[in-house]
Amino acid sequence: MQIFPFVVVVWILAVGLYGIVTSRHLVHLIVCLIVVQSSTYVLLLAVGYKTGAVAPYFFDVPLHTPAVDPVVQALALTDVVVEAAVSALLLAFAIQAHKRFGTLDPQELAQLKG
Amino acid sequence: MTPGQRRWIFLAGMAGLAAFYLWGLAGLPGFGNYPGPYGDILNRIAVGQTRATGVVSAINFEYRGFDTVGEEFILFVAATGVATVLRHLRGEREGAASDEAVGRDLPPTSEAVKMVALLLTGPAVVMGWYLAAHAQTSPSGGFQGGVVLATAFILVYLAGQYLTFRRVSPVDVTDAVEALGAGGFAAVGIAAVAMGLPYLTNFLPLGTTPGAVTSSGTIVLISLFVGVEVAAAFVLIVVELLDQTLLLREESR
Repeated sequence: MQIFPFVVVVWILAVGLYGIVTSRHLVHLIVCLIVVQSSTYVLLLAVGYKTGAVAPYFFDVPLHTPAVDPVVQALALTDVVVEAAVSALLLAFAIQAHKRFGTLDPQELAQLKG
Repeated sequence: MTPGQRRWIFLAGMAGLAAFYLWGLAGLPGFGNYPGPYGDILNRIAVGQTRATGVVSAINFEYRGFDTVGEEFILFVAATGVATVLRHLRGEREGAASDEAVGRDLPPTSEAVKMVALLLTGPAVVMGWYLAAHAQTSPSGGFQGGVVLATAFILVYLAGQYLTFRRVSPVDVTDAVEALGAGGFAAVGIAAVAMGLPYLTNFLPLGTTPGAVTSSGTIVLISLFVGVEVAAAFVLIVVELLDQTLLLREESR
């Protein structure tokens, strides 16, 4: 199953996008966006994986042990931080939208503003 | 657009994406056959160059340190953004949180939740600092440690001590601490410039034992600053969001 992890990536992406498209609640929509972003973690880690290799930490394994790619792991960390920042900001916007329009349904919100 | 139409457009788009994705996969090396070379090179040289046994931290705080400054400021700006978006608007005033139904009090926090939350507060503080201080050794670092540290403050809130929570994390102080963390990271970089070295050069002694707490120079220093910044940013975001439960709209009451 050489491509199975990559199929999982696009499946998580598709499930999250489907949730966004059909969402009836802004908080649900934000959670779906987090699901979409989770697919990038799987993609990054899958790209750098090496069969039989250890994690890129050499504290208790000898140097030159084959290890997986540390660059994509560092990128995944950046990804998580950005995701936390984006969802915090979006949740704040959802609170303000509810205060202003009294609803969190994106389809009703679209009708309100034309 | 009706939800039905929306769904069909989505399905058409996904069919297109699936086709291109499968086409793209055909040209990728299979899972488990990482082609390199950058990860392999870094795995080979990072421990010798930085004395950090955690190559991921070495990348984040050393090789890619400049990017991490930007990453840290993304969080900084997001916390500022949340505070700005959730500022008190005209016609809003603060009041005690109350249940929507008239004449019904908020249920008290259960004793079990209070006890578990208070028991976990101390370990969360220790764990947070432990993670932030061991970036060079193990899979940890300032970002992870900062989040765990912020959990300690949120546990105080969970224990039902809202007033204590506000007292241990007043917004002004949290703001200042957050700025200190973010500024500290940038200052470590500028200190290198002041010595005539490129920005964020690792100018501290690297130590001799790879992975020791005192090894790897500026990596652990930056990690601690990042930990402070991340913890303060998350506490600030949570305080701002919790504050909303205290806001009443004047015209609706």
